[in-house]
Amino acid sequence: MTETAAISARRLEREAAKRRKERRGLAIAAVSTVVVLGGLATWILTSPGWPEVRETFFNWDVFKDSFPEVLEGFWLDVKLFVIVEIAVLIAGLAIALVRTSSAAALFPLRLLGMLFVDVFRGTPTILLVYLVGFGVPALQLTGLPTDPIVLGGIALGLSYSAYVAEVYRAGINSVHRGQRDAALAIGLSESQAMRFVILPQAVRRLAPPLLNDFVALQKDVALVSILGPAEAFRIAQIIQGENFNFTPLIAAAILYLAVTVPLARVVERMGGGAEGAVR
Amino acid sequence: MSAVLEIHGVTKAYGERQVLRGIDLDVSEHEAVALIGASGSGKSTLLRCIDLLEEIDDGDVFLDGEVITDPAVDPVAVRRRLGLVFQAYNLFPHLTALQNVVLGEMRAHGVGRAEAEERGRALLARFGLEGREHDRPDNLSGGQQQRVAIARAFSGKPRAFLLDEVTSALDPELVGEVLAAVRDLKAEGMTMLIATHEMSFAREVADRVAFLHEGRILEQGPPDQVLVSPEREETKRFLSRLLEAGRI
Repeated sequence: MTETAAISARRLEREAAKRRKERRGLAIAAVSTVVVLGGLATWILTSPGWPEVRETFFNWDVFKDSFPEVLEGFWLDVKLFVIVEIAVLIAGLAIALVRTSSAAALFPLRLLGMLFVDVFRGTPTILLVYLVGFGVPALQLTGLPTDPIVLGGIALGLSYSAYVAEVYRAGINSVHRGQRDAALAIGLSESQAMRFVILPQAVRRLAPPLLNDFVALQKDVALVSILGPAEAFRIAQIIQGENFNFTPLIAAAILYLAVTVPLARVVERMGGGAEGAVR
Repeated sequence: MSAVLEIHGVTKAYGERQVLRGIDLDVSEHEAVALIGASGSGKSTLLRCIDLLEEIDDGDVFLDGEVITDPAVDPVAVRRRLGLVFQAYNLFPHLTALQNVVLGEMRAHGVGRAEAEERGRALLARFGLEGREHDRPDNLSGGQQQRVAIARAFSGKPRAFLLDEVTSALDPELVGEVLAAVRDLKAEGMTMLIATHEMSFAREVADRVAFLHEGRILEQGPPDQVLVSPEREETKRFLSRLLEAGRI
């Protein structure tokens, strides 16, 4: 910083002013934090219903008792999340590639891809879970899965493949046209240009929005509970029904947060340096 | 001298806008032809049509006597025999300089990695980029990027080189190094079609200059004739405007 020994008085004055400003900013931030959070806490803790809420939502004994069971259920959520996510990444890419292709022979597939995205992105995920989870077994066809976990996973996969396909497509279309031109000019075929030039650039840009969808999927896995599998939310609900205490739901929420918050931090870090992520 | 590139009556329109209105032009073996003309006169479009990045409406283009603009011709095979350098370099930003140069050799021409990289290094060194093999494009200056792009286009051993205003996006002090690379190719006998705004360069390197105006070649001939004593009023006006802008 200090290249020369002689620092002018003007510069010292400027630096002192800068420090004063920083100190004042810190003080204001501290005071306003105490006032806002303290006020909020006081407001809730002094509310007439607080003792009862504390008992039914934040009961330490219930938490301790229910946590192992909820955690066990959460393990199913994690497994389902990982499997569905992998399937979604592959299916979404396939749909996006079909939709961005221009080959005449792929026209029917393009049409199907468009329909798929319109239908499954446009339908509430919870509705899909109901329709697939209860509708498919009702067909009574042999060979189709009847396990509610598998069916729930399929429903989530349909919904998220549609979202992720659109994310991929946006990424592919965001790669400058000159890149395709240059790839063709050096003698690559259309599919080689996609594979070696366009997709690698698209995927780098896609990491933040894809991770965003990861976080959403991780939460939506709880929707599978309506089909009955003993995942975290379902178990928490059962325990809550038995002893009329909502603390197990708080335990489940904490488990979801334990996964989604670190994921969100990763998203932020990648989003913050979206251009830097190109290297 | 046999013609490497023959362009016969080529027309091209984008919707209502007629960009090329019947282009006839030959480029002989080892010849460098400079295409001059105002922005929007059709220079870039003509080069893109020859490299089959755009489909022409009428006419034909021949490479070594074979028609390349027939719908039955595989455009990928044609592009492998041509080299195109873009105004905006269009390097692949996710690849290093060396990877940019060897991608086409390895994937389009089926050359093994070791051989392609050896040739790639030699090419980069030839264009003054020794030591920059592992730099990504955004760590290189515009002039360096354009020289990587020239090495990349050259790596496929093209029959003819198409240069699309390769110095127009460069800061003035970087123009010289890119023109030196083109001069080097010319000295080697590369057949070239050069769209350019650099009149002094056209005069120095080109064997022939063709003036493109509103989608037609209005006149062509030796540089000293077209650039010094043009016959057509439009050519005179174009050159005097460049002179006023201090570009000559």
